[in-house]
Amino acid sequence: MTRHRATSRTALSAMGAAALMATAAGCGSDATTTQPGAGAPAGSTASGTTSAASGTLTVFAAASLKKTFTQLGQDFEASHPGTTVTFSFAGSSDLVTQLQQGAPADVFASADTKNMDKATGDSLVEGSPVDFATNTLEIAVPPGNPGRVTDLKSLANPAVKVVLCAPEVPCGTAAQKVETTAEIDIKPVSEESSVTDVLGKVSSGEADAGLVYVTDVEAAGDTVEGVTFDESSAAVNRYPIATLADSQNVSLAEEFVALVTGAQGQQVLAAAGFGQP
Amino acid sequence: MTRTYSGLPRWVFVPALLGAVFVVLPLVAMTTRVDWSQFGALVTSDSSVAALELSLRTSAASTALCLVLGIPLALVLARTSFRGQRALRSLLLLPLVLPPVVGGIALLYTFGRRGLLGESLDLLGIRIAFSTTAVVLAQTFVALPFLVVSLEGTLRAVGQRYEVVAATLGARPTTVLTRVTVPLVLPGLLSGAVLSFARALGEFGATLTFAGSLQGVTRTLPLEIYLQRETDADAAVALSLVLVVVAVLVVALAQGRGRQWG
Repeated sequence: MTRHRATSRTALSAMGAAALMATAAGCGSDATTTQPGAGAPAGSTASGTTSAASGTLTVFAAASLKKTFTQLGQDFEASHPGTTVTFSFAGSSDLVTQLQQGAPADVFASADTKNMDKATGDSLVEGSPVDFATNTLEIAVPPGNPGRVTDLKSLANPAVKVVLCAPEVPCGTAAQKVETTAEIDIKPVSEESSVTDVLGKVSSGEADAGLVYVTDVEAAGDTVEGVTFDESSAAVNRYPIATLADSQNVSLAEEFVALVTGAQGQQVLAAAGFGQP
Repeated sequence: MTRTYSGLPRWVFVPALLGAVFVVLPLVAMTTRVDWSQFGALVTSDSSVAALELSLRTSAASTALCLVLGIPLALVLARTSFRGQRALRSLLLLPLVLPPVVGGIALLYTFGRRGLLGESLDLLGIRIAFSTTAVVLAQTFVALPFLVVSLEGTLRAVGQRYEVVAATLGARPTTVLTRVTVPLVLPGLLSGAVLSFARALGEFGATLTFAGSLQGVTRTLPLEIYLQRETDADAAVALSLVLVVVAVLVVALAQGRGRQWG
């Protein structure tokens, strides 16, 4: 895969260089080439004839953004001909670890500020991150709601088998906050390492209820039902996005960030259940 | 085991050395990241101790279950022949190659609340989901083929000469099995059991998918490492080292036994 990427990079930069030469030979007055990304290699910001940059953009994004970002990536490719957006979706902490170990990427979108802070703390980020979405918790129950869960207090009932995220992961931290706010003590039968695992236990009917994000319930379709609760406002999760310092294509990365934070991005995110930042 | 011929071409040693380095180097790299000043505190925290204890307990239980189910299976596969035996053997070895998560999903649809057997078990008041039993089942599912394969191989290797002699001298089948066959294959049986134990100790995917993760109940050492990695990389590395050391001891034990008797 590395080899493949390397050859495609080479091909792209060759194409870019050709474009640059063509531009230089043709009309020499292209004002748009005075982009601030001076450190970018030839070929990345060289397509001066149009305002759009081209090249390959690698986006590291939290797993919960898979659906929305895949769509936004396609939109971005459509509006930036010649551009390829590749995604790496995983848990935010895994992504930060990979970035810290030198994984090449242009944009990082985290599911929580904690992991973005790790990235900024290690000077991996260019400029400062921008919040682009929020997510709140919702109770997921299997279809038909066998445990008769009506609100957060129902989860404290020992007869209801509840699955939560472990406090070590963001959704677990959020679960703890709403528990504190509601002054209840939920005794889960399992503390999972990810929202996906919680959702799996609920949709398979093993558990009667689980605390997941609004967007997870939305994405799960008919396999689970959602029960909203008032205390969810106590734990609002913020999603920050940032251009990375090691980006080989800063201007393109910035344009992608602009798409996500702009009207179009916000519309796609809202449709998936995300809240306004 | 006497080595009569070792006239290997010299070039063979180069890829052999690379292969050895490829396996050992990552383990060495991990030890360089261990925060030794904190090591003791990290591996003796409540959650770590609970996870290690649970892992050892469940692995021992699943090894016992592997012996109970695996010895008869290996005997049937090695000493009888029937239609579909090849197919059966292939099926029994599947857990060796299946992604652990697939094993977990399969177990879920068998023993889960809405699973094939789960509903009947539920009526009997037996709930497997989110219990230590679920962990043992997941571990047994992935570890059983190790015992069956190594024992079946030993059974075929020792042959049936002594069994036939014992039978002609009037020994009943059960006597032949317990007095002749089992003592003969004991080294293979022990190394198979130790391998099963090691595989159970490392089981992760099926447990996560099927059993869940709760301290002291279902959160085994591999699950604890996976969770710690989210917040405390030092603790995750320290616990990984503990797991590696236990695994090395177990494998060394298996090899030691093999050499002693083999």
